[in-house]
Amino acid sequence: MHDGWKIVVGLAVFVLLVTSPLVYNALSAEKASVPELVKPPNGAPECVEDAAWMRASHMDLLNDWRDIVVREGRRDYTSGLTGTVYDMSLSKTCMGCHSNKDEFCDRCHTYMAVAPYCWDCHVEPEEVS
Amino acid sequence: MDRTRRRFLQLAGAGVVGAAGGTALRAVAREPEAPGSVESVQPQAGISRRWAMVVNLKAVERHHSWDRIIEACHRAHNVPHFSSAKDEVKWIWTEEFEAAFPSQEQPYVTLEHHDRRVPVLCNHCDNPPCTRVCPTEATWKRESDGIVMMDWHRCIGCRYCVVACPYGSRSFNWRDPRTGLEEITKEFPTRMRGVVEKCTFCEERIARGLEPACAEACEHGEIVFGDLEDANSEVRRLLREHFTIRRKPTLGTQPQVYYIV
Amino acid sequence: MLEKALTGPKTYWTWIGVLLAVIGVGVGCWMWQFREGLTITGLSRDVVWGFYIAQFTFLVGVAASAVMVVLPYYLHDFKAFGKITILGEFLAIAAVIMCMMFIFVDMGMPIRIFNVFLHPTPHSMMFWDTVALGGYLVLNVLISRVTMVAEFKGAPPPRWIKPVILLSIPWAVSIHTVTAFLYAGLAARPFWLTAILAPRFLASAFAAGPALLILLAFIVRRVSSFDPGRKAIDALAVIVTYAMVINVFFVLMELFTALYSDIPEHVHHFQFLFTGLEGENTLAPWMWVSVLLAAVSLVLLINPSTRHRESTLIIGCVAVFISLWIDKGLGMVIAGFVPTPLGKVVHYAPTAPELLISLAIYAVGALLVTALYKIALEVRGHLTT
Repeated sequence: MHDGWKIVVGLAVFVLLVTSPLVYNALSAEKASVPELVKPPNGAPECVEDAAWMRASHMDLLNDWRDIVVREGRRDYTSGLTGTVYDMSLSKTCMGCHSNKDEFCDRCHTYMAVAPYCWDCHVEPEEVS
Repeated sequence: MDRTRRRFLQLAGAGVVGAAGGTALRAVAREPEAPGSVESVQPQAGISRRWAMVVNLKAVERHHSWDRIIEACHRAHNVPHFSSAKDEVKWIWTEEFEAAFPSQEQPYVTLEHHDRRVPVLCNHCDNPPCTRVCPTEATWKRESDGIVMMDWHRCIGCRYCVVACPYGSRSFNWRDPRTGLEEITKEFPTRMRGVVEKCTFCEERIARGLEPACAEACEHGEIVFGDLEDANSEVRRLLREHFTIRRKPTLGTQPQVYYIV
Repeated sequence: MLEKALTGPKTYWTWIGVLLAVIGVGVGCWMWQFREGLTITGLSRDVVWGFYIAQFTFLVGVAASAVMVVLPYYLHDFKAFGKITILGEFLAIAAVIMCMMFIFVDMGMPIRIFNVFLHPTPHSMMFWDTVALGGYLVLNVLISRVTMVAEFKGAPPPRWIKPVILLSIPWAVSIHTVTAFLYAGLAARPFWLTAILAPRFLASAFAAGPALLILLAFIVRRVSSFDPGRKAIDALAVIVTYAMVINVFFVLMELFTALYSDIPEHVHHFQFLFTGLEGENTLAPWMWVSVLLAAVSLVLLINPSTRHRESTLIIGCVAVFISLWIDKGLGMVIAGFVPTPLGKVVHYAPTAPELLISLAIYAVGALLVTALYKIALEVRGHLTT
């Protein structure tokens, strides 16, 4: 392989490029801070389900709610945590408590660089003009 | 290309397809169910409904304005208003008699009928041609109560349903609807640009035991909403006592908006 | 073999460069459309399908027309077509990809395109159209690749490809039939609600597609040493002639039913097309040009001497192609919407961005045909590069 060194150099450049975000983070003095979530201003003691479960799976819950409400026309959800019956609605139920999207929802989403487009349609409470 | 290089590319391509397929499979795979539960049966099980509307044009004067009623619907559902006619989105509006009932067109129609504006909306047909054509079932007829529903999460915006509707009841969002909304009703979502929308017989209000917004806004009983399966309902009474016509009846769509003319 | 598309003389790269520039402009316009919405097109609440879908409809026909060379060669052993089946298959691939692109740019929510596969809906003709087109693309890619590789190696193709090729014959007919079914089953649109729509689609496809193939074969003959042969061209020309005659006959049948019955619902759409309605007559001049070109093409093609002479054959094929493009790519779709189901006459004309995006998709098709034809020609040794 006469040109083998070109491949090795190319590979090395590739590895450096791909790992550059990790290297940058490791070398930078200021650590990215873990997002701090502001609890609901209305002081509700519990969420619809257990907070740890919600952190991991709220998207699954919302997808299930979406399909059940829109496609089956059923709206009442009985919480596995408390037995309370909730209206399956992002804007009315979830954001009835978590009414400040910037201080709650966006904190983790921005940190994780995800951009769910729920709010292109579903109205945030603060947004009503 | 020599054999080994081609082999390498084939293997690499297969690898990419395999990885992509694996990711897709994982996405579609069963996720853990929520700990809570949803009512296991339909509300008020065992009762089948057939929602319908009777528009009583005789209940109001010839030059009755339907604007307030239209506004009640459009406001409740964040239906946008645009200055450009080609981007228009509307769930309920009025047409002149000939346009609402082309099969009844004739040169000697009464002045009464000629001058009168007729409110038109989705007819929630019992045999809807629009749901037949939707490639994703983003619009479908609910078997429980006959409402022709919209799923704005699933709609791909192909507009086939708009093409198939014989009544022009459906609108497409050619642009972001929020640019056409001054006030947003927060209880109901807006839609986004790229999906088709129409009247849904206020299914979200019916679920809470309310009337559709247009019917509620009527002060003279000009729009009456009810259940055709209930022989004692107001709609059934009106249909027994008055002659009614429907739009384009020969097409076999079985529209469920009846007009007392 | 694919690398053969990456080498070429200056003319080749200039042509590729022009195509890429057109594509670039179209991509820019499409990104604007993706952000703003389809409001930047000329479409409206009443005319919801327009130029994009009309191009899709026309190109499905071109894609299906590959069957007109495959069928005689593989089913009837018509040896003269042996050298040009690959040109037909490559044209079909490019046409199907253009079809898919026209659908994609017309969708309101293109990011949700996989919903058609995640939620298959057998009662929708659009679902079946997706299946049919996708399958046709796979078939043609497979067939063309396997036969090309076999030619490259100088060996006969594997036996299992024969049933696949035979499958592509009814499949080609089905893709354009199901596309016609998109239109022909709609109670709301009396202009399209006719049993003859699918036969008309097929007839016009089998005229326009082979006409284009003849023109492409002549171009290929200009730029390479490949000669499809007198017999192949003559046979294709006969196919174009019969298909065009049948297509014109079908159009006349439609005109009779509509005009003799004098039912306004049917008459008005033809009036809109040919004379204009309530002042709306954008399409009328186009339709009459289409009629004129159809007449010219029939004269040139039916007459054996003008059909045989290459100069007049070329004029005839160009006339067929443009006439049928106007008929399907402009008239047929738009006239279904005017007048509206409520009897109103509305205006539609494509906007500049709409046309630029469409032009870019055609440029992608041209790019594919160029690259694929170059590969085929080089594999056969007709290009000295």
